[in-house]
Amino acid sequence: MPRVVVDVMLKPEILDPQGQAVANALPRLGVSDVASVRIGRRIEIEFTGEPDLDRAREIADKLLANPVIEDFAVRLVETDETVDAHQ
Amino acid sequence: MTARVGVVTFPGSLDDGDAARAVRIAGGEPVRLWHGDPRLHGVDAVVLPGGFSYGDYLRCGAIARFAPVMETIVDAARGGLPVLGICNGFQILCEAHLLPGALTRNQHLHFRNRDQVLRVESAGTAWTNAFQPGQEILIPVKNGEGCYVADTATLDQLEAEGRVVARYLGGNPNGSQRDIAAITNSAGNVVGIMPHPEHAVEALTGPSLDGLGFFTSVLKHLVGAPA
Repeated sequence: MPRVVVDVMLKPEILDPQGQAVANALPRLGVSDVASVRIGRRIEIEFTGEPDLDRAREIADKLLANPVIEDFAVRLVETDETVDAHQ
Repeated sequence: MTARVGVVTFPGSLDDGDAARAVRIAGGEPVRLWHGDPRLHGVDAVVLPGGFSYGDYLRCGAIARFAPVMETIVDAARGGLPVLGICNGFQILCEAHLLPGALTRNQHLHFRNRDQVLRVESAGTAWTNAFQPGQEILIPVKNGEGCYVADTATLDQLEAEGRVVARYLGGNPNGSQRDIAAITNSAGNVVGIMPHPEHAVEALTGPSLDGLGFFTSVLKHLVGAPA
């Protein structure tokens, strides 16, 4: 069954202290070539019937993202891709 | 007649008991409201208390905003009902678009818990008319996601319209833009504050009695006393 994936990211102008903390930790792993890290959220939605991108956009706009500080993007993925992402 | 001030309990609310006690000490009658019950039971004002409603899942306040009681409160607030959101309550008011902007993770990522000096910038709201403009007060702050952010146009508008209600003094505990600790809507009946006035109403447990002014303010407002 295809799913709708919603990616939510802080707007570029909003400070991301979590991302900064991760970026600051990387040199401790010996990684020195990362300029910046930003952290967002991936949400997978499975509909009971056909996946509905418009409905997913509505859900994202009303609940999943806060438009004051976040942007979101919705896309359709096949279940296989979802599984791959977990490996 | 004693004013009835509702205090909402969401799953994960922590400070509803203290908020109800603060209402009582100020001379009002606290009325406990339940998140799942859309009725306001004839209250004259509402406090949304601090805590971690719905476990802070998704974003702080994002799910509480859709609780049955909130649908009623949003309508009533647009009609002039005084509403005070403290900490998580402030986050809920922003998520419900009753107040502009948003509250995000503290810039330094640490939970901050300390007594905090504030300067009351606006004594013209339903919840701050007992203070003098410019008055400095000491109340506890305790938050992990208290960093107030909004775009520059919104911040400028808040400043120009006198809607910054309180600012942090002596160190900004969370990185809030322009040291903002509390704001109000344009009508002045809805106020969101990140620090906790309900924890500063008794000498035994609080750093001061300064928090009491928020609760006496709304009682004064409800009897129509001039601010």
